[in-house]
Amino acid sequence: MEAEAAKFLAAGVAVGLGALGPGIGEGIIAGYALSAIGRNPEASGKIMPFMFATMAVAESTAIYALVVALLILFAF
Amino acid sequence: MLDISLAPRALFYIAGFPVSNTFFWMVVLSIILMVVFVWVARSMKAVPGPLQNILEILIEGSYSFANSITGNEEKTKKMFPFVFTLFIFILVCNLVVYFPGQSALTLENAGGTVPLFRAIMSDYSLIFVMTILGVIVTQIIAITVHGPFGYIGKFFNIKEFKNFIKYLFKGKFKPSLLAQGFLDLFLGIMNLVGEFSKIVSLSFRLFGNIFAGEVIAMVVLFLFPFILPLPFKILGLLTAVVQAFVFSVLTLIYMTLASEIEEDEIAEKATI
Repeated sequence: MEAEAAKFLAAGVAVGLGALGPGIGEGIIAGYALSAIGRNPEASGKIMPFMFATMAVAESTAIYALVVALLILFAF
Repeated sequence: MLDISLAPRALFYIAGFPVSNTFFWMVVLSIILMVVFVWVARSMKAVPGPLQNILEILIEGSYSFANSITGNEEKTKKMFPFVFTLFIFILVCNLVVYFPGQSALTLENAGGTVPLFRAIMSDYSLIFVMTILGVIVTQIIAITVHGPFGYIGKFFNIKEFKNFIKYLFKGKFKPSLLAQGFLDLFLGIMNLVGEFSKIVSLSFRLFGNIFAGEVIAMVVLFLFPFILPLPFKILGLLTAVVQAFVFSVLTLIYMTLASEIEEDEIAEKATI
């Protein structure tokens, strides 16, 4: 395999696998937040900011994968 | 082909110092923000005008939210200005990207055709500096709260080793204390790693989101320039606000965590 082709493959695999876990995790976070809002709709203003904050934390591994892929594609 | 580069491009040089497009716009936006805020603060009225009204709502809302995180009015008063400055700066930098027509402007110079504008938060060095500032402030808070020895003791915890040696001199051999000591040492080193990983995670989260948003917008625009980019742009708008919020809130949470005194520490002080 040529080095260029391996680079593209590696970038695709990195983002694809790296986004798998955070996708599941963010779904769980959003699901629990929504069920909490469903139980107590008045608390939505308090729940939403923390939902976004925790989502961003869960998302960070996907972002690492993305940064690695971008580095593979554009930096090396 | 698409013109994607990780590093910002230099617009012009001042005495050999390259002024990149992100740096230039960062300075311009900072000056605008400073002028607006200082002007509004100087000309405060009892009956606020529209601009003062907007800023008051923004600041009051953020203040009460920051208060709900720190849970202490005194702490909020000290931490809020720094965190809110980060928030408003990142927010404005992210939203300027949605100014229509800016991406069409280019500049011809020695490096070829350089786009005049680029999403400011897609410059890693700027984000790195902001993160480092936040982390250094966090460490300073931790040192002032725990004292220098307590601060170092958090990372090199040898309390159980001391107890082990104390018991050894009394003629008692307690291997459980030794095991606990090694565990504490390991956990302390993990704490140290955690402090450094804060820098990486905080900075790459913002950089990755904004840069990826730029690249996705560019790719979709390249593939199909009508209607299809719209949902991506709206998603990018959400990301722009949420990432500014997340960056500042995480900095605030780190600072709050560093300023909290743990329970065993209180017990220790009570015994002394």
